[in-house]
Amino acid sequence: MNTRLYLAKLIDVLLPVLAMLIALVVGVLLLLLLGTDPFEAYSALIRGALGNVSGITQTLTKATPLLLVGLGICIAFRGGVINIGGEGQIVVGALAATAFGVGFSSLPALILLPMTLVSGAVAGLIWGGIPGLLKARLGVNEILTTVMMNQIALRLMNFLLRGPMLDPEHVAAGTSIPQSAALPESIWLPRLVPRTLFHSGAILAVLLALAVYFLLWRTTIGYRIRAVGLNPNASKYAGIPVSKYVTLSLALSGMLCGLAGAVEVLGVHHRMLEGLSGGYGFSGIVAALFGKLHPLGAIPASALFGALLVGADKMQRAVQVPSALAIALQGLVVLFVVSSDLYVRRRSRRRVGDDGSDEPLVAEGETREESVVEPEESKEE
Amino acid sequence: MFDELFTITTLIGILHSCVRLATPYLLASLGETFGQRSGVLNLGVDGIMLMGAFFAFYVVFEGHNLWVGVLAAIAVGILMGLLKAFVSVTMQSLQGISGIGLYLFGLGLSSLLFKTLIGSVEGVSGFRQLPIPLLADIPGIGHILFNHNILVYLAYLMVPVSWFVINRTTLGLKIRAVGHNPEAADTLGVSVNGVRYTTMMIGGALAAVAGASLSIGLQNVFQENMTNGLGFIAVALVYFGSWRTAGVLGGSLLFSLVNALQLWVQALAIPVPSEIAVMMPYIMTIVVLAFTARQIQKPAALARSYERGE
Repeated sequence: MNTRLYLAKLIDVLLPVLAMLIALVVGVLLLLLLGTDPFEAYSALIRGALGNVSGITQTLTKATPLLLVGLGICIAFRGGVINIGGEGQIVVGALAATAFGVGFSSLPALILLPMTLVSGAVAGLIWGGIPGLLKARLGVNEILTTVMMNQIALRLMNFLLRGPMLDPEHVAAGTSIPQSAALPESIWLPRLVPRTLFHSGAILAVLLALAVYFLLWRTTIGYRIRAVGLNPNASKYAGIPVSKYVTLSLALSGMLCGLAGAVEVLGVHHRMLEGLSGGYGFSGIVAALFGKLHPLGAIPASALFGALLVGADKMQRAVQVPSALAIALQGLVVLFVVSSDLYVRRRSRRRVGDDGSDEPLVAEGETREESVVEPEESKEE
Repeated sequence: MFDELFTITTLIGILHSCVRLATPYLLASLGETFGQRSGVLNLGVDGIMLMGAFFAFYVVFEGHNLWVGVLAAIAVGILMGLLKAFVSVTMQSLQGISGIGLYLFGLGLSSLLFKTLIGSVEGVSGFRQLPIPLLADIPGIGHILFNHNILVYLAYLMVPVSWFVINRTTLGLKIRAVGHNPEAADTLGVSVNGVRYTTMMIGGALAAVAGASLSIGLQNVFQENMTNGLGFIAVALVYFGSWRTAGVLGGSLLFSLVNALQLWVQALAIPVPSEIAVMMPYIMTIVVLAFTARQIQKPAALARSYERGE
């Protein structure tokens, strides 16, 4: 029986890999249809991402925000809510970090650096907390509010980067590239490999992955977040204040995305500019799903998708196959991964109890979506 | 400085743009209404729109008739709808997330095809203004309502048509039944999966035409990610309009009015921070959702996959 259990677990882990392989095969068919050589394209992709030091460091640099966002997505999912607002949370995190770092640039770096990171995290926390609160208190679907908050954040960025936060030097020079002034060099995150963009934010991200793992599986708060995610009604009867934990999981999720924005500013760009979020809000979801919504699984998953993004850019330059291929592949991976959950769900239903694994809500369908916050129920408590 | 904004000519111009720009919102969110009334949340509308926009554009760019372009968009939309139905209905996956997958797939594939097959931003001559005889001559109103291209009229025509199909036909009854209580519908011999496949195809086709209305009707170009998140707004508009076609119409007009105002403010070079103004519909949507989330009866089985009991 134990072998069966291990086999089942092994299949769980291998399903995303299988999904990736199928996506790559579909990619081959697409490339053949378009009359390009798929072998050439894929080998350019792999060489670009992993073939030399420059590729590897770029991969890890891209993986850093993906991991931070992915961790945020893990918390939200485990708490039974869907956070599609990663893009917006990254943007406000980056904006807040830049505003603080530039505004208080006279502070000593030892104080300024942590404060800058914290201001990014807090901005993300607020941006994720608002949908969380609306969901918990008023039953507003968080998918819609996070989508709206994305749009609001982008508009806010356009406004700030063309007005209040526009680099004074650019104004003086008469150019109008919408970007902010640079942060003081003293608080730039140190490079891990000289003359590359690879910065110490990666270490922070990995440490946070461990912290999120600890939070979710070794603390009462994490236990309750997961309980609410698995079964809000049972949690309510067990005396867990469900609405509080719904808000908390979205706020924490937003916080990590906001931090991703701050880290991008401090580690890579050293200023705020348009396009900084770079689709990480969505790619982070893909990475989190690929890592089975486990914080530690998100580490290799984000490295993989970082490699995919970097490799695709290189592929475009080397063999003129558009890098958009990577986005289409990500979409396919998501479709295959969520589809394969049917298998996981059927199996865990057949053997309820003897598996003991707590599959996150992916295995449950969205029944809970509405039940988390039925109006009367939560008020009466 | 606002005087310019309030001349009669400008007002007519703004309202004309508003009616016109509502087209993609209207088509996409009416399509989404079909899906949601049957219990399937399709968050991938934006991806379908991009695919529809690309294929319509490509067909016209290659020298074919505009209507062939629309048909191509419809065909692609139906295929994308089938893909979403397969993943959400047959494979019973989590609907919100599979929608993100569909979105990324459509976004990536439309860009990939665009760069490979066309390469640079090109224009085509799309659907022309088609003033309706007599009606278009009414001063003011005529220009606002009856001087548009045919896709605009079609979009508005779809409002009563969708209402009729959902509320007055057998198919509509089945759609509502499946969205409200799939178990009961199944007991009565309605094929839950069949109905949901149908609404996904209808929704896909309408979303793709919404995309086509941009690429061969309103803007007459194709650019990567040209919808800019419009499809996500369309999903929210269905909630905003509380799953009713008239509500969806109202929401679409609200968003397009703000878009129109922004266009005209820019055209007249009025120094208003338009970025702030364009935030308003999103904020308003959140506020409306917050006030109505509990009052309105949504399809009870929305976003719930259905599996027959043993």
